[in-house]
Formats: sequence, C-alpha cells, structure tokens
Amino acid sequence: MQPLANITPLKPASRAGAIQASHVGQIFKTSTQDVVALSDVSLEVKPGRFVVLVGPSGCGKSTLLMMMAGLRQQTSGTILINDAPIPQPDPNRVGVVFQEPSLFPWLTAEENVEFPLALRGVAKSERRAKAQDALKLVGLEGFGRRHPHELSGGMKQRVSIARGMVQDPPVLLMDEPFAALDEQTRMTMGDELLRIWAATGKTVMFVTHSLTEAVYLADEVLVMSARPGRIVDHLTISLPRPRTYEMLSGDTFGTLRDRIWRHIRKSA
Amino acid sequence: MSISMSPTTLRRLIVISLVMLWEALPRAGVIPELFLPSLSSTIAAGWNEAGEYGHALAVTLYEVAISMVFACGGGILAGAIVGSLPRPRVLIMPMISSIYAVPLVILYPVFTVWLGIGSESKIAFAAIYGFLPTMLSVAAGIQTIDPQLVLAARSMGATLSQRLVRVIIPAAIPTVLSGLRVGGALVIVGVVVSEMLISSAGIGYLISRYRTILDSPHVFAGVLLVLAMAIAFNAAIKWIERKASIWRTGTHAGRSATDDIPAAMQPAT
Repeated sequence: MQPLANITPLKPASRAGAIQASHVGQIFKTSTQDVVALSDVSLEVKPGRFVVLVGPSGCGKSTLLMMMAGLRQQTSGTILINDAPIPQPDPNRVGVVFQEPSLFPWLTAEENVEFPLALRGVAKSERRAKAQDALKLVGLEGFGRRHPHELSGGMKQRVSIARGMVQDPPVLLMDEPFAALDEQTRMTMGDELLRIWAATGKTVMFVTHSLTEAVYLADEVLVMSARPGRIVDHLTISLPRPRTYEMLSGDTFGTLRDRIWRHIRKSA
Repeated sequence: MSISMSPTTLRRLIVISLVMLWEALPRAGVIPELFLPSLSSTIAAGWNEAGEYGHALAVTLYEVAISMVFACGGGILAGAIVGSLPRPRVLIMPMISSIYAVPLVILYPVFTVWLGIGSESKIAFAAIYGFLPTMLSVAAGIQTIDPQLVLAARSMGATLSQRLVRVIIPAAIPTVLSGLRVGGALVIVGVVVSEMLISSAGIGYLISRYRTILDSPHVFAGVLLVLAMAIAFNAAIKWIERKASIWRTGTHAGRSATDDIPAAMQPAT
C-alpha cells in the first residue's frame, strides 16, 4: 500500500500550466509495418492560452493530446507539462474531457464529478463540496442528482468538463468534446467554455474538426498535416474577446478560416 | 376498443386456459390418464407422497444450490479473467467454444465412476454444465465494455484495481446477470437430468422411478415440482435484474441505489 500522501501530491508550482513539446514522434507498430503517426512535432503553449489543434482525420491530433494527458507515451522527443514530463496521467496537472460517452452511466452527475477525488480517498464532504463548485461553474447547479441518461447531450458535456476541472488542474485537454452535439448546442457550449476558461484562467488544448469552432474559440490555432502528422501552420487569432456570433461573418474570420482550410485541403 | 387486452392479461388467460385444459381433457377421456393424468390427480398423487417429494426436493435444491455457486461464481471469475486479458482469451476461448458444442451429458457416466451415484456426481456435472455458458457470456460482456470509460478512468489516475472495481465490474453487471440467467437455468437442467440417469435420490430420480412402473400421476407430480423450481429461479433473476436496472439507470437517484454502490461512492446524505 502506498501512503495516501504520495498519491495526492500537492505541488504549489502546479499552477503554471505551460505545455512544451519538442521533436515528438509517435510510431505505431503493426504486424505488417510501422506507421509513423506523428513526426517531429514541437510546440510551446504559454500558461492560460486557448490553443486549438486542427487537421485532417487521422493526422494524429488526438494521439498528441493523449500523450499530453500521459495516456500514451511518445516514441521520441519530450513533452513537458509545468516543465515536468508526464509519464502517466496526473489529474492534478492535466484534466481531460473526451467525447460524449465517457460519463459513468451508473453514477449521478455529482458522483461522476467526484470520481477522480474518490479515487484519491478524499473525504466525502470535501468531495461533495468540490463537485458542487465544479457543477456550479459549468452552470449545472441543482442537476447533481441526475444520472447521465437524464441529461441532454450538452449537459453531459458540461458534467464532463466539471469532472475534468474538479481537481483544478492548470491544463485542460479536450478531445473533440462537442463533436457529438447538434450545431446550436455546439455554439452555446463554445460560449460556455470560453466563459469558464475566462473565469478560471486555465491553459486549454482543444482538438476539433470544425474550422469555425477553431477560429471562434482560439487564441492560437495549430494546423497539422495528414499522416505523418506534423505542425504545418501556427495562426494567432487576434479577434477581440469576448467573441461574438457577428464575428463569424466578418472578413478577418473568413480569411483565417480559409488559410486553415487551404492547409487541410492540400493534405487531404 | 372493448376487445383489446393488454399482453399481460392475454398471457394470464393463456396460462389459465392451459391449466384448465390439463384438467378437462384427461377427465373427459380425450387423453388417456397414462399419457396425461389430470392436474387434480397429479396434485393428489404428489400430496399423498408429500414426504417422499419433500425429501426429493430438498436433495435436488441442495444440489442445485451448490452447483450454482460453482457454476456462477467460477463462471463469473473465469469470464472476467478471460474477457479482460487478451492472452488467456486467445489460448482458452477457442477450446471453450468447442467444448461447449459437445453434449456434456456423455461425461456424466464418467463422473459417477469417479464420484459415486450420490450428490457429488450431480453437483460436478451440473456445475460444469452451467459454468461454460456463464463464463462465455461474462467474457463477451466484459469485452463489450466501452473502452472510452476505462480510458476516462485512466485519465483521472485510476490504478488497475480501481479501474476493475469502479468501472469494469459495474459496467459488466447487466451482462453478468444475463450470464447467470443462462447458467442457472442449465444448472437446474443438469441436476435433474443427471438424477434421472443414474442416482438414488432427488426429483429426477423420482420421475424416472415412477416412469418405470408407469405411474403417470406421480411422474407428473415430479414434473410439476421441476417446473415450479424453474419458475421460481426465473422470478428471482428478474427481481435481481429489476434491482440492478434501478441501480444502473438510477431512476431513484441514488436512494435505493446506495446499497450496491461501493461505500466510498455513496452520496453524503
């Protein structure tokens, strides 16, 4: 048995939220051949930035995210979160939000949010209080007692975001979190996410297929090429915040979206 | 509209009419008593020998209970291992699947040689008979668990044992239940059939013995008891499934649910 103190490292330095990747490569070994999924990916994200990763299907953007989450190890290169490598998942440094079906259907919303705390043996009352705070942050106060099947798609994703943030990690990784939602819910959730991000100041790394979503949400957009995935462009989105629906039809928005699209069309 | 009936009402009517036909047809002489004695004479025959049937039922229930523990317990455990670890799965699954196709009853005479004609050979046979389908369905169920759930748990720092206890087992409960349903029913079949083949006690033995002396009412009294046992088992499984489905979908929002959730996950109130 490990002492609990070792499982719950309370590092004050973990406020940082910087992400660094240098010369990261990933090779999948199959029985017939080695597939190079990622090749020489380097990037640097300053604390508190909202960064969106886009690229054609299968370019390895989710793989890159999984490596930043410590869920997969890179074949070469280094990834640093808060200036330290991430050999295994560390929810105190990195929260992860997946696509829709990752809530546990047999637990209520608040039990789902408490789950990472329960894994660490946090006392029930403290857990409940933190879950309430997290649910309040995502606008789901009063829905804690519901089970996932009693929530809409958007609400489920709010619960997932609350779960990813309940340990207050400086970095939030989001793997196409709104891909399964209808367009209206998706727009609303985008605004919600920006509100939560502005309120908490976390570093967000967001993977999406939607170019509109990418430009609308991001401070910076990283464009990846088809396999082997590498970063082919880095756009800084200088649109003012808060972002509004009207910006979508503006010239700046269109120019940025076209620039990303040209990269993707080239490699698709 | 007045003609329409709910399926439940209709089902009950069908059962009632079958029961009435069982009584009426032999009484009217349409079916000879030797082929099918009327329900009332069957019950009377059983009642007159209540002591004998009671003892037989006790023996059979005892054998069913012990076999059930081995079949279901072992089946769930082996199924969980085979379902979650790829290497044993590759080694064992093809063998198990082929064995499953063999009529295991051919092994029963061997068991009687090894273990005698008492309860032990029945328990061994029925346990193996029920074990295979339980194991196969649990293994299949574990494999169908959404890998996204396990990945999410890993991302929250869950250790292997935490993933097993807090994610894989709860997610597997519906499949485990359906495995129990199949395995448990086969355990009853296994016990009764083996009693009918070679034995000295139990309901199957009674049925077989009365059959050799062409005492139909007593044969059917035994059949009735087996029927009652199967129905009771089915009702028990349904009850568990209902409990589990409340827990799974949580329509009672954690209230009736708390018993099944690991202590650490219980709501604060």
